[in-house]
Amino acid sequence: MNSAPVTGRVGLRHQSAGIRRNMPQPVLEVRGITKHFPGVVANRNIDLDLSPGEILAVLGENGAGKSTLMNIIYGLHPPTSGSIRVGGRRLECRSPRDAIAAGIAMVHQDFQLVPTMTVLENIVLGVETTRRGVLDPATAERDVDELCQRFGGQLDINLQAVIDDLPVGMRQRVEIVKALYRGARILILDEPTAVLTPQETGSLFQIMRGLRNQGTGIIFITHKLKEVPDVADRIVVLRQGAVVGHARPGATTEQALATMMVGRVPSLTVPKTTVVPGPPMLEVDNLTVHRDDGTIAVDRISFEVNQGEILGLAGVQGNGQTELIGALTGLRPVSSGTVRLNGRDTTQVSARRVGRAGGTGHIPEDRHTHGTVESFSVAQNLVLNLCNRPPFARWGLLRLEAIRAHARRKVADFDIRTTSLEQPLGSLSGGNQQKLVVAREMRDGLQLLIASQPTRGVDMGSVEFIHHQIVQQRNTGRAVLLASYDMDEILALADRIAVMFEGRLIGLFPAAQVDRNRLGLLMSGIPA
Amino acid sequence: MAAFTQSTARFAAGLPLLLLAGAFLVEYAPFADIQPIRMLFGASILNFALRATVPLILGALGGILCERSGIVNIGIEGMMLAGAFAAFVAKTATNHWALGPSLLLGTCATLLTGAAMGLLHALFCLRFGMHQIISGTALILLSMGISATFFDRDAVAVGKFAPWPVPLLSEWPVIGPLLFNKPPITYAALLIVAVVGFALAHTRWGLRTRAIGEHPRAADTAGVAVLRLRYLNTALGGALAGLGGGYLVLEAVGQFQEGMTAGRGFIALAAMIFGNWHPVGALGASLLFGYAQAVQNELLLAQVTVLPRHFVAMIPYLVTVIAVSGLVGRVRAPGSLGQPYRRETET
Ligand SMILES: Nc1ncnc2c1ncn2[C@@H]1O[C@H](COP(=O)(O)OP(=O)(O)O)[C@@H](O)[C@H]1O
Ligand SMILES: [Mg+2]
Repeated sequence: MNSAPVTGRVGLRHQSAGIRRNMPQPVLEVRGITKHFPGVVANRNIDLDLSPGEILAVLGENGAGKSTLMNIIYGLHPPTSGSIRVGGRRLECRSPRDAIAAGIAMVHQDFQLVPTMTVLENIVLGVETTRRGVLDPATAERDVDELCQRFGGQLDINLQAVIDDLPVGMRQRVEIVKALYRGARILILDEPTAVLTPQETGSLFQIMRGLRNQGTGIIFITHKLKEVPDVADRIVVLRQGAVVGHARPGATTEQALATMMVGRVPSLTVPKTTVVPGPPMLEVDNLTVHRDDGTIAVDRISFEVNQGEILGLAGVQGNGQTELIGALTGLRPVSSGTVRLNGRDTTQVSARRVGRAGGTGHIPEDRHTHGTVESFSVAQNLVLNLCNRPPFARWGLLRLEAIRAHARRKVADFDIRTTSLEQPLGSLSGGNQQKLVVAREMRDGLQLLIASQPTRGVDMGSVEFIHHQIVQQRNTGRAVLLASYDMDEILALADRIAVMFEGRLIGLFPAAQVDRNRLGLLMSGIPA
Repeated sequence: MAAFTQSTARFAAGLPLLLLAGAFLVEYAPFADIQPIRMLFGASILNFALRATVPLILGALGGILCERSGIVNIGIEGMMLAGAFAAFVAKTATNHWALGPSLLLGTCATLLTGAAMGLLHALFCLRFGMHQIISGTALILLSMGISATFFDRDAVAVGKFAPWPVPLLSEWPVIGPLLFNKPPITYAALLIVAVVGFALAHTRWGLRTRAIGEHPRAADTAGVAVLRLRYLNTALGGALAGLGGGYLVLEAVGQFQEGMTAGRGFIALAAMIFGNWHPVGALGASLLFGYAQAVQNELLLAQVTVLPRHFVAMIPYLVTVIAVSGLVGRVRAPGSLGQPYRRETET
C-alpha cells in the first residue's frame, strides 16, 4: 500500500535523469551578477550558464566587463549582488581558494606568474605535493610531463626555465598547464589569444577542443571576432556590463556580432586613399640596441619610413620592438648604427629634441608608464611635452588661458569624452585616455608619427577613430611608423610591413604581398 | 641575479674558511707570534666576532622572513630591543628560581615579545594600511620608549647561559673551542640559518613565502592565503629578531642597558641586504660585520694609537656602509616589497 507513492517518486527521479541526459545540468550558473566600482557599473544583472563539455565564447569590447565577471566567478572580487552555482551547489566565493576547491581554473588576461620562479614552481604553487613535509619536485614533474604528453607536444615546456626568461607565448602555455594541472571542470580563459600568433592560437584551440571532449566546460573570452566561429559552441555578447545577445556560431555573421558588441554598425575596414610615397623621412641604418640587462634587443636593423606611408612593424611582443622604438624616440641609448630624421643625424639625440626639433610625435606603448600623468588634469596632460615654450609658457610661467584654449580645441577635435578640462586623466576610460595621447601627439608641424600599440586596451569606437586619425596623417604626406602586436591592425593600416623576430628584421614587404597566414609564420620566426 | 646569489654563497662560505685558516695558522704556524696576526686571528678576536655575529644573524633572519613575504621591516632594531627588555624583565622577576628554568622563561618571553612586535607590525601594515617604513619606525620608537620608562635601574639579573660543550666535537683543536663550546642561543642561531635556508627552498611554506613576496596576486590566484601567510611570517620574523635581542641579555652580557641594541638592528638590516635576502648570505654578511666589530674591539683593547679611538670605533659602521653601498644594482629585493596587496584595486 505504501509502495505506490514511492514508485512514483522513483519514476519521477528517472524522468529528471532522462532530461538531464539530453540537456546536461549546467556546471556553472551565474544569476543576476551586478558589480559596482567607484564611478562605474562593470556588470549589470548578468545571467550565464555553462554546460559540461561546452565552449562558451564571451565576446565584448575592451571595458565591457568580461574580466570583472570572470574575476567575480573566480572569487577575486565580491559581487555587489547576484549568485553563482557550481554543479548545482551555491558557491560562497570569498577567495580564489574557494573557486579552486569548486573545480574552477582561470587563465588571467594579465599573466599571474611569479617571474623569479621556475615553470614547475609556478605550476605547483598552491597545490604542492610534498613528501614528509619537503617538496617533491620529481613527482610533480612526472605528473606535469604526463599531462603535457596527453596534448601531443602542443604543451611542451622546459619545466626548469625561469619565467622571466620565457617569451610571452611560452608564458601563456605555462598558464594553461597550470590551470590544467589543477584538474578543473570549469576552465576560464581570459583573452588567451591576445599575445599568440595564429599558429599558436590554432594549437590552443585544439587543446580546448580536446578538453571539451573530456567534459570540461570552457569559458573563452575574446574581443577578436574572427576567432569565435572556429572554436565556440555558443556565444554570449557583453556590452557596457550587460548581456546584449546570444548566438550560435553557425547561425550568425561577423557583422552581426560586431553590431551587437558595439551597439551600432561598425566599419570593419579602414578606407585608405592612394598616396604616392615621398622621400624617406626616417632612415635607420644598421641599428643595434641593448636591453637594460645588457642583452641585444635590436640586432643590426635597417629600414626607412617614407613620407605619406605607414610602415607597419609586426612581431610578437618581446622581440625588440619596444627597444627599437625607445631608440628611435631618444628614450634609450643606441649602441651602434645611425638614425636619420629628415636627413639629419639624430642617433644620440635626447627624446625632447627628437620630439621638438625633429617634429616626431610618439604614441607610447604603455600610456600608464610613459606619456601621461594620471593624477594631472586633461588640460595639463595635453601639454605635457609642450608646456615649457610658447604659446603655453612665457618667461618660465605657464599661460593657463592658452593651455585651456588648446585643451578645449583638442577635446572637441578628438572627441575626448570628459566632464571637464580639469578632470584627472586617470578617471577617464581607457579609450579616452588613449585618444588624448593621440590628440597631443598629432600636432602642427608633425613630420613623423611613431605609434606603438596605439589601440591596445581601447574600445572599438576609439579604435576606429584612432585608425582614421593615423591614416589621415599618412594621407597628408606624413611618415608613420606603426608598431603593433595585433596583426590585424598592421594588415588593416600598413602600406609596407616589417616583421621583427628576436631583434632582427626577418622580412620587409609591401602589404599586398602578405596575408595573415604568412605574417603569422614570419612572426614565429619562420621566413617564407 | 643568479650569478650574484652564487657569489654571495661563495662569500658566505669563504669568510668563515678564511678566519678558520687564520686560526689554525696562529695555533700551529711558526710565525704565530707575530702580533698583528695573533690579533687578527687569535682565539680572543674570533670568539668576540662570533658573539657579535649571533644577534646580527638573528636580526637579519627576522628581516628575511618578513621581507621575503613582501613586507618591509626596518623595525628590526625595535624588535630586538623589545626582546632584550622582555628577557631582562622575565629573568629578574625569576631570579629566585633555579637558573635553568629562569633562563628558559627569559627565552620564551623574548620570543613571544618579538612575535608580538611582529604581529603589531603586520597589523599596522596589513590591517590599517600604514606605510611600512613608518610602521617599522614606530616599532623602534615604541620599544625605546617602553624599555626606557619601565627599566628598573636597580634590578640585577643573576646568571646567564653558560657554554654547552658538545661531547667529542668540543675536543677538536681550534674548531672545538671556537664552535662547539658555546651557549645554546649561539647553536640555535646557526641551526636556524640552516633550517630557514632549507625551508625557503624546499618546503611548501618556503615556495609560498617566496611567491607572496614576489607577486602576491599570482599567489592569491593560485590559492595561497596571502595575508595569512604574511601575518605568520612577520610574527615568526619578529620572534627571531626578538631572540637576537634576548641573546644580548641572556647569553652575552647578562644585564640590560637602555638602548642596549645600539644600532645592531640596522646592521642586521644591512646584513640581510648584503646577503641578498638569503639566510646563508646573511650569515656571511653578519660574520663580516661581527668581525669588523671584533677588530674594532681588539684595536681599542690593544690601545693602538696610530688612529684616534673615535675613528677605530667607526670601523664596523664604515664596513657596513661600504659593503652595502658597493652592492647597488647587484642585489635584488623581493618584487612586491613594500607594496600592500589589495585584491580589489589590482586589475
Ligand atoms: N579594480 C577595478 N577598480 C575600478 N574599476 C574597475 C576595476 N576593474 C575594472 N574596472 C572597470 O570596469 C569596467 C570593466 O572592465 P573589465 O572587466 O576589465 O572589461 P573587459 O575585460 O571586458 O575589457 C571598466 O570600465 C574598468 O575601468
Ligand atoms: Mg579584460
